[in-house]
Amino acid sequence: MTTPLDAAEPAVQAAGSGDGRPAYRGTLRYALSKAGGALLSVAMVIIGTFFAFRLLPGDPVRALAQGRNMTPAQLDLERHRLGLDKPLIEQFFDFVGKTLRLDLGTSYEYKRPVIDLIGDRIGATLLLAGTGLAIAVIFGLWQGIRAGWRPGSRFDRFSTGVSLVLWSVPTFWLGLLLLMTFAAGIGPIPGLFPTRGIESVDAPDGFAYLLDVGMHMVLPCLTLAAVVYAQYLMVMRSSLLEEVSQDYVTTARAKGLRDDDVRRRHAVPNALLPTVTLVFMRIGFVVGGAVTVEAVFSWPGLGQLFYEAIRVPDFTLMQGTFMLIAVAVILMNTLADVVYHVLDPRVRSA
Amino acid sequence: MTSVAWTRRRLAFGRFWDGFRHERAGVIGLAVLVAAVVLALAAPLFIGESVTNVVKGTGDRMAAPSLDYPFGTDESGRSILLMVWWGSRTSLLIGFLAALLTIGIGAVVGIAAGHFRGWIGAVLMRVTDWFLVLPSLVTALVLAAILGGSTLTIIIAIGVTSWPSTARLIRAQTLAVEARPYIERSKALGGGHWHITTRHVLPNVAPLLLASTTLEVASAIVTESTLAFLGVSANKTSWGTMLRASYDWGAVNQGAWWYILIPGLCIVAVVMAFTLCGRALESVLNPRLRKAGV
Repeated sequence: MTTPLDAAEPAVQAAGSGDGRPAYRGTLRYALSKAGGALLSVAMVIIGTFFAFRLLPGDPVRALAQGRNMTPAQLDLERHRLGLDKPLIEQFFDFVGKTLRLDLGTSYEYKRPVIDLIGDRIGATLLLAGTGLAIAVIFGLWQGIRAGWRPGSRFDRFSTGVSLVLWSVPTFWLGLLLLMTFAAGIGPIPGLFPTRGIESVDAPDGFAYLLDVGMHMVLPCLTLAAVVYAQYLMVMRSSLLEEVSQDYVTTARAKGLRDDDVRRRHAVPNALLPTVTLVFMRIGFVVGGAVTVEAVFSWPGLGQLFYEAIRVPDFTLMQGTFMLIAVAVILMNTLADVVYHVLDPRVRSA
Repeated sequence: MTSVAWTRRRLAFGRFWDGFRHERAGVIGLAVLVAAVVLALAAPLFIGESVTNVVKGTGDRMAAPSLDYPFGTDESGRSILLMVWWGSRTSLLIGFLAALLTIGIGAVVGIAAGHFRGWIGAVLMRVTDWFLVLPSLVTALVLAAILGGSTLTIIIAIGVTSWPSTARLIRAQTLAVEARPYIERSKALGGGHWHITTRHVLPNVAPLLLASTTLEVASAIVTESTLAFLGVSANKTSWGTMLRASYDWGAVNQGAWWYILIPGLCIVAVVMAFTLCGRALESVLNPRLRKAGV
């Protein structure tokens, strides 16, 4: 986990070509170089995963079989089936080839291909993480703008305090508290929301079904959004603070613009770009939060799949979900990088 | 010569302390922090490992707070108060050691990447950026699951996944320091890489390292509790493993709020203390932040 408080670090370098060529050529070259970097990162993930999972202490077949009794003949057969009797280099190329063809092996726990399991679960995760992220971005940015525009005001101190507390709160603990208070019910408070899952056992069809899923989503979304929102608030605030003292803001005021206009039309657009990029740069943090939230609320998504893989432990499943999550995060980061380059005129026309 | 240096250092520390004293939140954080550390260190004088022993629980199961058990009991009748007290030792130990590992790797990589400009620096930055985009919690979970959950492996898992932001910070600072003329003078006098990095760069980045260490301890404690809650942990009582047990034993549905509330509040209090302290250190030591008034 990285601290949200060092958000002022310039995560995005302006990489203008500056040799007088048309701007789009520079952008294209920039996008290509970023894509190359992303490919290298993905390759490093695959290589890293291969070797990390070969670090498993003891015999991998036994580890995979989770201590079930097997005869030596069965062990040999299994070893042969998994290709573990081949030399390491051959295993490595097998692994890379299969991974590139999206063949992530078969889960021991579920007796099904890992990629199918991922396909079943990914929708629920996208729903939860997408909604949570949207809420966090909207509220975080809005409050960050208000706080950063008037540093030291009561609203600013309140916001900073809230985000500091939320940042210190472990995600899963916040989830447990919400679960206990609003789902299980405590004292005079009745249980308002369902405690687990994405739908009721006897879920109705049509609109009522959507309502049912919505009710199940309230608490997990709230938990995920609360922790992420605190980060975005701080990032937006410090980003706006850097703009407040700039000359162009003084100029805008000097020519008699109303305070709201100076903020909305001058300061915020400039502060927004680096913030939004940072928001997507920290998508890995959201993913970590989603895993935790899904575990607490038994939300049947990718995070819960990963969590189950760790609890069992089912190393094939763990390996597959890990690679998928890591690659997804890398792609999101690269995309954010390129979009920033396209959007920010300061970088584009450089 | 040494006495001059020491006088200078003493004066610098005096100035620093003067600045820190005026950061009210930082002083409060420091006080909480010192109290927590002293309590954790003093725990063996009053209680022993036996308070976490399942068969030695003396109270009722999941009993609400009472005079005998101020914070209630858990599923085996153990006192939550004593468990939390004893568990603070594991939580703080892992927090401190993981933060030290994080800062150690971050400082070495950061200084090296800033000092050696050529391909070494480029490769180091590439690796740093790679680790920076990896979802750190997920990676730490995988590492801890592969290496098996002992205190040492949890520390390694946290350290290996959280150093990149420190490395970037230190690299930026190293670049700024190395641009100063006295580094050139030192090179002209024949100072080698080792001399320049340890004698000139390191003392200059040390204050930043101190501030980041404090912030890293905070996030390491949160990460440790999350790892423990998600099921990879050193099988020792910590605040995270207590919360895991409360979830496993259905404290949520039984309304045993004390079992969930107390360990969590401990985490929040200690983490906030470290964060406040770290932010105060940062604003005193980092002139750029001080000027901006953040």
